[in-house]
Amino acid sequence: MRSKFSIKSITFLLFLVSFVAVAQHNGQSDAKNLPKEEKDLKTSIKEYIDHHLLDSYDFGLFSYKNDEGKKIHIGAPLPVILWDGGLKVFSSSKFHYGETVAEVDGSYYKMYHNKIYKTDATGAISYDAEHHPTNTKPLDFSITKNVVFIFLVALLMFFMFKKMAKNYKNNPLPKGVGRFLEPIILYIRDDIAIPNIGAKHYKKYMSYLLTVFFFVWIINLLGLTPLGVNVTNNIAVTFVLSLITFLLTTFTANKNYWGHIFWMPGVPKLMRIVLAPIEVLGMFIKPFSLMIRLYANITAGHIVLMSIIGLMFIFKSWIGSPLSFGLAFALSLLELLVAALQAYIFTMLSALYFGSAVEEHDDH
Amino acid sequence: MDKLINDFSLGLFVWMGVLFVLLVLLLKKFAWGPILEAVNNREEGIKSALASAEEAKKELQNLTADNANLIKEARAERDAMLKDAREIKEKMISEAKDEAKEEATKMIELAKTSIEQEKQSALAHLKKEVGELSITIAQAVVKKELSSQEEQIKLVEGMLKDVTLN
Repeated sequence: MRSKFSIKSITFLLFLVSFVAVAQHNGQSDAKNLPKEEKDLKTSIKEYIDHHLLDSYDFGLFSYKNDEGKKIHIGAPLPVILWDGGLKVFSSSKFHYGETVAEVDGSYYKMYHNKIYKTDATGAISYDAEHHPTNTKPLDFSITKNVVFIFLVALLMFFMFKKMAKNYKNNPLPKGVGRFLEPIILYIRDDIAIPNIGAKHYKKYMSYLLTVFFFVWIINLLGLTPLGVNVTNNIAVTFVLSLITFLLTTFTANKNYWGHIFWMPGVPKLMRIVLAPIEVLGMFIKPFSLMIRLYANITAGHIVLMSIIGLMFIFKSWIGSPLSFGLAFALSLLELLVAALQAYIFTMLSALYFGSAVEEHDDH
Repeated sequence: MDKLINDFSLGLFVWMGVLFVLLVLLLKKFAWGPILEAVNNREEGIKSALASAEEAKKELQNLTADNANLIKEARAERDAMLKDAREIKEKMISEAKDEAKEEATKMIELAKTSIEQEKQSALAHLKKEVGELSITIAQAVVKKELSSQEEQIKLVEGMLKDVTLN
């Protein structure tokens, strides 16, 4: 009952926020209707997109300029956790969205391009020749927006699937959301895990494959809401996922797998020596490609979608704006497919790599 | 690549790693394990139910076949019994016939011998009677004959003649 409530409340929250975000776009177009800001519009859209693709230290829903031209941010600050000669925890509201220097226990921190640097009381940042800040960066374990969403999705998945599992105790048939989820779980088992890994070994990988599929799918779908979630287009996130795939592959591999890497059977001896370094490289390239694929697909989707939405404000005509709206709508549908497809591909390829790690064959 | 490395956030990496691994482990214990087990059990149940239905069907078929066989056997047995009975009857009849014939033959034989015996004894009796009669006659004749000498000699000679002839 409680988990049902939490799912419903999350859905409601998403729904509510989508309205707020739509309102935000309208407001923005009104504010930037002035002709003198025409040239700035393109750059500001570009900056907005760049900004969206980055993680942020606050749960920002939207911002606008009030009558005095002051920028007002609507959202909630999130805790910043730094390790800089000691643990430092403070609210991100101290930065005032990067506008001020935060002072914590005698140390000063300044946000620059969404990264926290250590500075002095005035917030001076020194740059090198390529305009990169040279200030030291404290170790940053802040609860950023992405961390919040990872946590929320994890919570959602936990309650959703726990409830589903509970239903099976009394009834052999799925109930409620389980009716939708069970075919997917069965699909992952019967069409991804068993054919690629083999009926003998697939069981030990099932938990990871199922979790990674649903996690990536749900979080990709959340990325399509106007909430501004962009978890899977952070390289750190996809790196974790592919790292787990790599570690699982490497540590569950049998001697057959290592044999194929270091001493490829069935080819001339000289070729084996040539092949070994290539195969060793392949061990790392496979998960690396997983990481880049997911990251690049989702990032590209977000950039294109937001650019087309941005076009609406640039065209400001009766033809252009509906056209770009139509395009954005079509692209959103495509992105819905991509969200599921990337989750599928990640799961599928992980299963394939696991399969190669536990494959057993005598002849070649 | 440079941008990628620059964008890499250690904090996010750590949080994601911890949360995700925790999620996998928790889901494994509370969700995936029970779900997969339940689904597996259900599938096994369906499979075994189907198999047992098939088994029952086969058994029924076997039973029907057995029944048919039983009827067939019973019929064959009945036929055999009838045939036996018929054979026994025929044999008994023929045996009885043979026995009767033999008995009859024996009785006829016995009758024949007794008839023969009776005949012999009757003949003997007749012979004796005839002998006695002839002696009586002879006595009378002799008595009469022997009254003269000549007559006596003639008689003896005649008798002697008869004796040699006998």
